Amino acid sequence: MSIWEYANPKKFMGWTAPLVPWLFGLAGACLIVGLVWGFFLTPDDYKQGSTVKIIYLHVPSALMAINAWFMMLIASLIWLVRRHHVSALAAKAAAPVGVVMTLIALFTGAVWGQPMWGTWWAWDPRLTSFLILFLFYLGYIALWAAIEDPDTAADLTSVLCIVGSVFAVLSRYAVNFWNQGLHQGASLSMDKADHVANVFYIPLLVCIAGFVLLFIALVLLRTRTEIRVRRMSALIARTRPTEVTT
Amino acid sequence: MIPDLGKYAGPVLSAYGVAIVLLVGLVVVSIWRARKVKAALEWIEGKRNG
Amino acid sequence: MIALLIRDLRLAVRAGGGFGLGLAFFLIVIVLVPFGVGPEAAVLTRIAPGILWVAALLAALLSLDRIFALDFEDGSLALLATSPLPLEGVALVKALAHWITTGLPLTLAAPVLGFLLNLDGPAYPWLLASLALGTPALSMIGAFGAALTVGLRRGGLLLSLLVLPLYVPTLIFGAEVVRRGAEGMPVTTPLLMLAGITVGGFALLPFAAAAALRVNLR
Repeated sequence: MSIWEYANPKKFMGWTAPLVPWLFGLAGACLIVGLVWGFFLTPDDYKQGSTVKIIYLHVPSALMAINAWFMMLIASLIWLVRRHHVSALAAKAAAPVGVVMTLIALFTGAVWGQPMWGTWWAWDPRLTSFLILFLFYLGYIALWAAIEDPDTAADLTSVLCIVGSVFAVLSRYAVNFWNQGLHQGASLSMDKADHVANVFYIPLLVCIAGFVLLFIALVLLRTRTEIRVRRMSALIARTRPTEVTT
Repeated sequence: MIPDLGKYAGPVLSAYGVAIVLLVGLVVVSIWRARKVKAALEWIEGKRNG
Repeated sequence: MIALLIRDLRLAVRAGGGFGLGLAFFLIVIVLVPFGVGPEAAVLTRIAPGILWVAALLAALLSLDRIFALDFEDGSLALLATSPLPLEGVALVKALAHWITTGLPLTLAAPVLGFLLNLDGPAYPWLLASLALGTPALSMIGAFGAALTVGLRRGGLLLSLLVLPLYVPTLIFGAEVVRRGAEGMPVTTPLLMLAGITVGGFALLPFAAAAALRVNLR
């Protein structure tokens, strides 16, 4: 039996059914532990004061915003190569989760930047690339929503996802280049976990684990929903002619 | 109970507030839609078989 | 291929629509900008490179949905798909025709409009060079977007939403060339990057566009 067996819709529904509540529980536990630990039990940073606590939301959501797109890219490739419907539906299911993650990363970043950099928004390369990523998500979701035939939609969004990935990487470098010399960029060393002292590091890891688990749980749940929607429309399409004739 | 957040209480609390609202909202919407679709599918399958 | 190109060009000129419209739109946007930001020459000089590029980009966007839509509706695209010319070639030719009818006139008109925005003297050759190098990429990326949305009834708005984020790198490097040119700084790096995007786009995007067309013709 190969690994692709797990991508059969019926099998997928079978093995994910018991998994989803566990994943949600585990994600919730990690998030509660990590966020409570981070919020109540870590000291303030000597430079940033209490705003350092935002890191427990900002870094994990930013991480997942990028990883969600990466997951969609892989799912799209699998769909184009192997034509597994579950794969295409998983990519569709992941996109709104990615949007929310991007929004959280942007919002927490803006809120942190206001007291620290003195501005809600700077056209810093990192911020700008996240905004562009957000636009890519919007286009991807809009294309899914616009096409009625599910297989056509899966094909076209997959192509868009692949081309979009190339351009997203390109934009990242272009943006880096564009902002050189304009503004040095406030030190984002807090973004790199290895720069963070241990007191902050461990609850941050717990939070990241919580976000990852939550992402997996949400994608599985939403993929299951999409599979049911697909089955439902197939059933309706099959029954309608008989209803008309009788 | 709430730790002393100093002068940055507003930004920190709003960041946590908005992020948690967004996450909970996403989870609730996903679960609500999953329930609705599941019920609808069972209804259709029940009608076909019965 | 050449026959198809000539046919497309002839149709674009005869139908009148796309040919003059993009240019007029370009002109209007440029004229509107000083009303928005004020007539101070120094301010206009500073923002001119960016405004010229953004306006050219929007003008190119305007006629994108025509690339495949008409041929898709009257069925000639399906005919082209069965012809010996591969769809990749069709996408390439269509993008080229779009560039000749919009990108090329925009490039030639840009220096004239540069006067209106009080663009710095040394920037003019670079404005021409960057638009000449960059607008083909806009057409090719746009052809890909048009291929994605060709089957949709109201694809125009969606097309802009899909294509505009893809335009970001081209815009950044293109405007950077002009800005550096205006300030007398070396322009080689952004110019090379811009050329790289155009060449890479023309090498790879026809395949993506053709894949999207095949799906839509299914």
